[in-house]
Amino acid sequence: MVKDGPMQTCSGKGHLEMNTMRTLKTLLAICLFAPALTWAASGVHLDSAPGRSGNNAALQNGAKLFVNYCLSCHGASAIRYNTLLGLGLSKEQIEANLIFTPDKIGAPMRVTMRHDEAKKWFGVTPPDLSLIARARASEDGTGADWLYTYLRGFYRDDSRPTGWNNHAFDSVGMPHVLYQLQESMTTQEYDEQVGDLVGFLVWIGEPQAGFRIKLGIGIMLFLVVLFAFSYALKKEFWKDVH
Amino acid sequence: MATQSAYEKYKSDGSLLGNLLEWADARFPLTSTWKAHLSEYYAPKNFNFWYYFGSLAILVLVIQIVTGIFLAMHYKPDASLNADGLPVAFASVSYIMNDVDWGWLIRYMHSTGASAFFVVVYLHMFRGMIYGSYRKPRELLWIFGIVIFLCLMAEAFMGYLLPWGQMSYWGAQVIVNLFSAIPIIGDPLSLWIRGDFVIGDATLNRFFAFHVVAIPIILLGLVVAHVLALHETGSSNPDGIEIDKLKDEKGVPLDGIPFHPYYTVKDIVGVAVFLMIFFAIICFAPEGGGYFLEYNNFFPADPMKTPAHIAPVWYFTPFYSMLRAMVWNFFWLDAKFWGVVAMGAGVVILAFLPWLDRSPAHSIRYRGPVFKTLLTIFVIGFLILGYLGTKVPGYKFFGINFLDGDIIAQIFTAYYFLFFLTMPIWSKMDQCKPVPERVTWK
Repeated sequence: MVKDGPMQTCSGKGHLEMNTMRTLKTLLAICLFAPALTWAASGVHLDSAPGRSGNNAALQNGAKLFVNYCLSCHGASAIRYNTLLGLGLSKEQIEANLIFTPDKIGAPMRVTMRHDEAKKWFGVTPPDLSLIARARASEDGTGADWLYTYLRGFYRDDSRPTGWNNHAFDSVGMPHVLYQLQESMTTQEYDEQVGDLVGFLVWIGEPQAGFRIKLGIGIMLFLVVLFAFSYALKKEFWKDVH
Repeated sequence: MATQSAYEKYKSDGSLLGNLLEWADARFPLTSTWKAHLSEYYAPKNFNFWYYFGSLAILVLVIQIVTGIFLAMHYKPDASLNADGLPVAFASVSYIMNDVDWGWLIRYMHSTGASAFFVVVYLHMFRGMIYGSYRKPRELLWIFGIVIFLCLMAEAFMGYLLPWGQMSYWGAQVIVNLFSAIPIIGDPLSLWIRGDFVIGDATLNRFFAFHVVAIPIILLGLVVAHVLALHETGSSNPDGIEIDKLKDEKGVPLDGIPFHPYYTVKDIVGVAVFLMIFFAIICFAPEGGGYFLEYNNFFPADPMKTPAHIAPVWYFTPFYSMLRAMVWNFFWLDAKFWGVVAMGAGVVILAFLPWLDRSPAHSIRYRGPVFKTLLTIFVIGFLILGYLGTKVPGYKFFGINFLDGDIIAQIFTAYYFLFFLTMPIWSKMDQCKPVPERVTWK
């Protein structure tokens, strides 16, 4: 062991040290991405929901289904009716087709039913759906996948008070509210409708998501320029340091 | 390090600005502070990749404070239910996301900033470990750093309660309940922390006060102390040698360069790269795959519904694994108590590194194979502990029974502590290489 030895030329030893560092860095990288490599072992198989992002026609249909079938029990209180302007709808269209209450267009999408009565009828208060698509994401799949599987997973079960049960959500409190819709069309058509509804639920989870991504591209371009200039500046300042 | 009084006061060149500066400098250590801490603070010229994370930690701290101020303007620490049946605190976060102009960006910057803070600080601490930055005379500097890390954990833990989601609520419930494992004072202590028998409005309000006022003040004070201690001893470097030993006739270290402009311009490059990653996450994956914003936390807190799996955010999980690894009762005391002890000791033991490490060489560059091997296993073990902390107990790697997560966590917890406790022995024995007189470029 040498404490303060003479200055060494570190060619060979430096190489060895570089290798150690590289190994450490590689291991760090592997471990950071380990979660992505291991398989999630858990319960229900989820069907993957069709993509609806950016498809305004489908999302508008989803909004229609939502206010017709969901909004009487489930609120989306983080969303205001005028947020739906972002789906390419006009103020008049929203007021005429999507607001069934005396609410003004700036009002949140609230439930008309009273919470305590809802609890009495269904055993649970129907949850607010503003963030449901984000909350239902898990290792099994996206929140959209879960909702898509759930809304297509109802089956008759006479042991349940509502007469309905669900493959994705055992002993669910909600009856199959889309039953009549499902009866009126083919399975394929129904899947499309559910896809639109789920697409809408994903959209309200983060209405600004589309803008967020566009902004991100702008920020990246700016930072690339900032990097280039700052790197050049650093090189200029450091050219005399040896 | 020269004392500040050693610098000459500024003499005006007769211009208006010059006169103003002279006036101020006569009444405040303006130019002397600038010189002592920036333009005439000499840092080793051979800083590498690992030396970006100190300045980046300050950047993230500033981001957290600024975004935090704007969040606090709109956030309401109130656990009562609003007209829509949602907790007011939870709904106020949705309000920030959807109704406040640019609120979503401010909130994502803050939530991603929390994770970024820990990434940066973990890498900063790792730098200290590989290059022996904690060695004499930088022991106090290192201890300040560990206390900052502890404060950061408290800050993050209390901040995580504020969105009042399911994980906020139940995570806090689990962690505060841990204190009740302490004999005799445990139950009254956890009651005192919560201010209620369960996590409730009282807890939310006090955590808000701690998160936005008390801990940030302590944190800022400690950061100042950390930087002052650094500037007193001077920075270490990847060779782990003292540049102060060799100086020119003016007293400037031969291997030193002024922090400003050299490291200010260099750190801007680091900032640009960091911001690219930071904003890429914010704009393209703000949930961080469920690691930065846990999915379950998009459900409002429900005291009546315990989630099947309560996991802390990723930055706590290595220590959470250590807590869960303790499953035996010792000395009439519950395993839970030993879990708390292990978790706390896991952090505190880091503070003793300067005295545990007896290696003649400070830097990994000149340390022997024993250190390199043990450190590599240490890093892998720490990451595996972190991964397992996000999983339910009984997790099996790749579904293979033999790779039992609980046992692996126990092995690596034992390894974590043995790594430190046996360090005085193996660090002394290791075959070190000769240390150079002057810093090297690699």
